[in-house]
Amino acid sequence: MVDVAEPMLASRGSPSREWQSDFIVRVRSSAEYIVIPLFALAVSGLLFSLFLLALGKSPLTFFELVNRGGFGTAFSIQNTLQRSAPLILTALAVAIPARIGLVMIGGEGALVIGGFASAAIAIPLVVAKVPPFLTWIVMVAAGAAVGAVWVGIAGFLRYARGVNETISSLLLTYIGIAVMNFFVEGSLRDLTNPNKPSTMPIGDNYMVGKIPGTDVHWGLAVGLLLAVLLHFLMSRTTFGFAVRVSGGNPRAALAQGLPVGKLIVSCCLIAGACAGLAGFFEVAAIQGRANASLVAGYGFTGILVSFLARHNPLAIIPVAIMFGGIVASGGLVQRRMDLPDATVLVLQGLTFVVLLVSETLYGRFKIFQVQGAADRT
Amino acid sequence: MSDNHLFIVLIAIVGGALRVSTPFMFVALGECLTEKSGRVNLGLEGTLVLGAMTAYAISFHSGSPWFGVLAAGCAGSVLGAMHGYICKLPRVNDIAIGIAMMLFGTGIAFFFGKAYIQPSAPRLGSFSLGGWTGSQQIETALQINPLLLVGIAVAALMAWAFANTKWGLIVRMTGDSAASARAMGVSVDLVRFLATAVGGFLAGVGGAFLSLYYPGSWNQGLSSGQGLMAVALVIFARWSPLRCVVAALLFGAAGAIGPALQSIGITQGYYFFNAAPYILTLIIMTASAGSKQAMRDVPGELSITK
Repeated sequence: MVDVAEPMLASRGSPSREWQSDFIVRVRSSAEYIVIPLFALAVSGLLFSLFLLALGKSPLTFFELVNRGGFGTAFSIQNTLQRSAPLILTALAVAIPARIGLVMIGGEGALVIGGFASAAIAIPLVVAKVPPFLTWIVMVAAGAAVGAVWVGIAGFLRYARGVNETISSLLLTYIGIAVMNFFVEGSLRDLTNPNKPSTMPIGDNYMVGKIPGTDVHWGLAVGLLLAVLLHFLMSRTTFGFAVRVSGGNPRAALAQGLPVGKLIVSCCLIAGACAGLAGFFEVAAIQGRANASLVAGYGFTGILVSFLARHNPLAIIPVAIMFGGIVASGGLVQRRMDLPDATVLVLQGLTFVVLLVSETLYGRFKIFQVQGAADRT
Repeated sequence: MSDNHLFIVLIAIVGGALRVSTPFMFVALGECLTEKSGRVNLGLEGTLVLGAMTAYAISFHSGSPWFGVLAAGCAGSVLGAMHGYICKLPRVNDIAIGIAMMLFGTGIAFFFGKAYIQPSAPRLGSFSLGGWTGSQQIETALQINPLLLVGIAVAALMAWAFANTKWGLIVRMTGDSAASARAMGVSVDLVRFLATAVGGFLAGVGGAFLSLYYPGSWNQGLSSGQGLMAVALVIFARWSPLRCVVAALLFGAAGAIGPALQSIGITQGYYFFNAAPYILTLIIMTASAGSKQAMRDVPGELSITK
């Protein structure tokens, strides 16, 4: 839209006015992508309040508790950031394939299987007393690679056989969880831990530490870095451009000679690696071992985060932090308001539905329409 | 393995297929109807879970399991109607809405279902197909629930209606070409809305089977992907209600392999057999996607195969 407007403006006014108009055009055309999601958030907040009122609970108390539990104290903010780290990574796992037109929702599976792989590969290294740093490198490599393969399978099947990637990636999630259970309850079970079937703990020496000066593990820093890097990759490189072309119009991309199959699989590998990394951090920074606690729903919340951020890696960061806060305050809300733990699920599901409904609003408001485009019609 | 063991395993698999297949069947039939009208509802997993919870809760409160089945169907059609209504808005992606409805349905079910994990509700009864053999073992293995027969009847009715009635023709036409449906004066949105709502009803009934017959209790891990697999089954069944029944039975059998082997003492790889139905679905999807037959039978408006 902007490139249509530019030549027309150039012929019209002085340089300063031109710059101003160009700036306003940019702001106005991108404001739509911020205002509408915010509006959707407000509407879902309102609907959720009505839901709580219908149950005889106070929505004000709810939002106050979310605010306090998620962002109220230094402790809760760090807890929130800790939880937003896997959300950033699993949201990236949705956003990157989305750029090439795929609705890939296998982040949960890639997180679980990636986390399991890094926990499993660490066992012999820990036993052999390999230095932690080397162990982490191997664990990261294993987690990211296995996660990448997991989502990559869905991408490959999509390209090679036309298998619907949404269904296959969700099936792969169930398979991933079953594979982890198979080993965790079988050959890799830590027999000294009778309570919960788990792999052997990696031990305190091998836990990834906190970012200095905070109580937040390094997963957050890695997530932020990857979000920035992937934003750069998607918006400033030939690869990103080719991906966006293929996502916009696969036939045109093929006609241009773009390697659409390779691009699809590459996007899925990147996505899976992100989710696998999230699994690595869950194991190496939080749990210390692989068990059913890895299946915490981060992958599913990540889907919502990515859609709210309109699959923009940079926008994922604030959205992930917001949802990290909601997840973090879940316990407090549960205790204080006597609500079931699924309350957060209801809020997320509702937000997701309202958000997708709000897609229909794009292009309906004059105020967001670019001047140049409006002149022509 | 002796002959006797083989026999036990086979009977257990057949019995398991008869027992486990019903929810697959209902969800697949519901999805089949929806997809025939040219729309995809990936949210049936959520519908199945919500149906299971509703059926259990209503059966607990009213004392009548069949009333629970009806309520489950109604809950399912509410979710289906929501999906159908939202998808008719311009620029809304039906696949993404499916995911959102799946999370929403599961969330609502878990939220209201928390109170019903403990109490015991009246279940649906069953009768045995194996009474004539005089063998206790076969008799218990071949216990079936009336809902299985209802499902088969619905499938037969749907197949007949698609081929022989005006309504069937309208649904098929809407699914194959929205433009021609509009030219005939048919409201595409209305047909799809109704097809999605009725499809949701069937999926809800499938959920009722889960909580009121087999496994026969309500908990949060009740479904774990059965609704999703059933959606995948429809592609394999190439949008034919009768083939949906066959596919559902096949799936039930696959799911019964693990417990069947366990019943004769082979416990190794039990967790692997838990993964078997998902792996089987993936293999079947890969094999049937893009096949010539599937391309011939697919409703022309469907976004899932594009």
